[in-house]
Amino acid sequence: MTKPKIASTSLCGCFGCHMSILDIDDRILKLVELVEFDKSPINDIKRFTDRCLVGLIEGGCANQENVKVLREFRSHCDVLVSVGDCATMGGIPAMRNGIPLKECLAEAYLDGPTVHNETGRVPHDEELPLILDKVYPCHEVVKIDYHLPGCPPPADAIWEAVVALLNNKPLDLPYELLKYD
Amino acid sequence: MNLKVDQVVKKLTAASGRDRTRMMDVVRGVQAELGCVSGEAMEAIARELGCERVEVEGVVSFYAFLSKQPKGKAVIRISDCVVCRMKGADKVTEAFEQALGIRVGETTADGQIGLERTACIGLCDQGPAALVNDVPVTYLSTEKVSEIVDSLTATGEPKKLVKTLGEGKNATERIHSMVINNVRKKGEVIFAGMEPGAALRKAAGMSPQEVIREVKTARLRGRGGAGFPAGMKWEFCRKAAGERKFVICNADEGEPGTFKDRVILTECPELLIEGMAIAGYAIGAEQGIIYLRGEYDYLRAHLEFSMAQMHEKGLLGDGIAGKKGFAFDIRIQMGAGAYVCGEESALIQSCEGQRGSPRDRPPFPVEVGYLNMPTVVNNVETFCCAARIVEKGAGWFAELGSKDSTGTKLFSVSGDCSLPGVYELPFGLTISEFLETVGGRDAIAVQVGGPSGTCVNPEMFDRRICFEDLGTGGSMIVFGPQRSLLDAASQFMDFFVEESCGWCVPCRVGNVLIKERLDRIRQGKGQAEDLDYLEQLCETVKRCSRCGLGQTSPNPVQTTLKHFREHYTQRLVESKDGLQPTFDLTAALGDAVEAQGREPVFHED
Repeated sequence: MTKPKIASTSLCGCFGCHMSILDIDDRILKLVELVEFDKSPINDIKRFTDRCLVGLIEGGCANQENVKVLREFRSHCDVLVSVGDCATMGGIPAMRNGIPLKECLAEAYLDGPTVHNETGRVPHDEELPLILDKVYPCHEVVKIDYHLPGCPPPADAIWEAVVALLNNKPLDLPYELLKYD
Repeated sequence: MNLKVDQVVKKLTAASGRDRTRMMDVVRGVQAELGCVSGEAMEAIARELGCERVEVEGVVSFYAFLSKQPKGKAVIRISDCVVCRMKGADKVTEAFEQALGIRVGETTADGQIGLERTACIGLCDQGPAALVNDVPVTYLSTEKVSEIVDSLTATGEPKKLVKTLGEGKNATERIHSMVINNVRKKGEVIFAGMEPGAALRKAAGMSPQEVIREVKTARLRGRGGAGFPAGMKWEFCRKAAGERKFVICNADEGEPGTFKDRVILTECPELLIEGMAIAGYAIGAEQGIIYLRGEYDYLRAHLEFSMAQMHEKGLLGDGIAGKKGFAFDIRIQMGAGAYVCGEESALIQSCEGQRGSPRDRPPFPVEVGYLNMPTVVNNVETFCCAARIVEKGAGWFAELGSKDSTGTKLFSVSGDCSLPGVYELPFGLTISEFLETVGGRDAIAVQVGGPSGTCVNPEMFDRRICFEDLGTGGSMIVFGPQRSLLDAASQFMDFFVEESCGWCVPCRVGNVLIKERLDRIRQGKGQAEDLDYLEQLCETVKRCSRCGLGQTSPNPVQTTLKHFREHYTQRLVESKDGLQPTFDLTAALGDAVEAQGREPVFHED
């Protein structure tokens, strides 16, 4: 029997959620027995090679590239999980949402006290993705099936969630793994 | 220091006895005389009343009719009610904007005329309507707009807008208003007429306990909407410990589509006053307050005159109806534009000169009410019923209406019917019978009890209007086949978002989220799961909110979702590719295209 495939990505996040995935420690050996990783920063596969059962999304959508990747995940994965607070709510990057984008870019590249920018322009190279007007949580861009809260979610929560999904069982996380107050 | 501000504040605070609890009168007076309650005025008020400035600012920022910034000398407040909008309020608003050359929320450059929207002003049967300062103007049309603007520009005097007078007491010198009563059906209780003092004289011959027993035997339920047994409320208050007790009349009818109390206050305030005095006698209170909504300021002089007349006749003051020790007096407390003050504990806060935020309940006002003393708060119509019960007997009253909802009820009828107005009908009639009476046979829906009530569909038209089936405080809005119920629900949600006092999160935030998701569906971008989301959210807001506002505010959405589900499902879209129809990438990139100075490039893999 072929193993189910899993993919992951970090959009506008800090890779902290992926670090938390690695915190499952030796269970990573079990994980490798259970699944095969497709597109993911963990194995550095850049493009989907096949349809996946589960896609784990870290980070929200802050730029055009994030939207493109997220939409790819939606079309290649049966189940999408928003992992962590940036994917779920926008998180720290969404702190800019109260400030118009033009003001953000002007502060960063034109008017800020430490800015030295002889071109007098905001960077506009085609290789740089355009920035969205605000940071969007993933579920506002594509349909998301599950949300796993936390900054980052504990390794145990991620592990339990993935195992439950793979076994098609309900997830029963103890309160300690979900409380953030 | 501005001498004028100081003088005005000193005059007004002195008139209210430099009493902190009479802050509402002071800030209303300052607003009327100076056009705003400026920071300087707030400092002066705080100094004179011996409180902190922030308390004054808290009050001023709470009420719609008070402002820190100067408003025009004449402020046109267009009723934003669903019914007025059915009748063309949006076009009228546009016409005002054009004629004045300003947008809603602005004031003309010369500071003469301001334009605003306001929540329902209780003139739905003669809308579109507006208030110009305290002068109601009715049956507005785009043609009338230019007349109004011309008149205001020429004279600056809102009172000059009144050219024709309404019927009945609207035509008296003291009211002098174009408002009409539109009483379509007079019943046995409220509009049957009563010899002045008949109820008071009868009460004076009874013991307070007998009065309460009579009201209980009549099974009188509160007419404001919740339907709590009035006799029980009075009994609780009588038994509660307190050195003084109070009777408050809730004349703050703000539920969109409700205007029956306006007609009582116009035509038979004496009945109300007798009812309040009887309540005072029953519970042992010598002081009453009529909390009159700011929108009905034009009725204040009339009410004061009626009270003065009752004094002269020995029906108010000391020794009422010739009975030694039967003393009762009433003052009017004006509101300043806040729906939530119709909630009894918020109303009490407002009477004490605070922001109109509801209190935690329990303790209920019958134990800890006005000035922390036991207080009975009843609706205008409830007091009138009580007076008639004492006069004519509990048996007579209990014969009318249905088993658990005795008596007649005043209905404020508006919307798509040929005979809008006020009807006094016995409780227990069916919606079909009701529609037949008001000329609304084509109705596709009836909003029973206003937005915080229930929206019923034609399959439910055999249901009965009474507390054991469909309860109502009197607001009945008829929707004809041309109406979009989702648009109406959205406008009702606007109302609740605006009127939420902001104290508790479920109401302050939840109503905004309900409105956003509803609008998504209205725009044809909603999906099936949005309906589940709305159902859950409505339940959360109702369950977790602190007062009656949040506990009922999701009703426009919740009841239409239940009774008119196809209106929602028709507009849903299905996203086959799992993308959200609400996310518009081009729009989201708009700012960046401008700031970064290039068009987006879509790379293919």
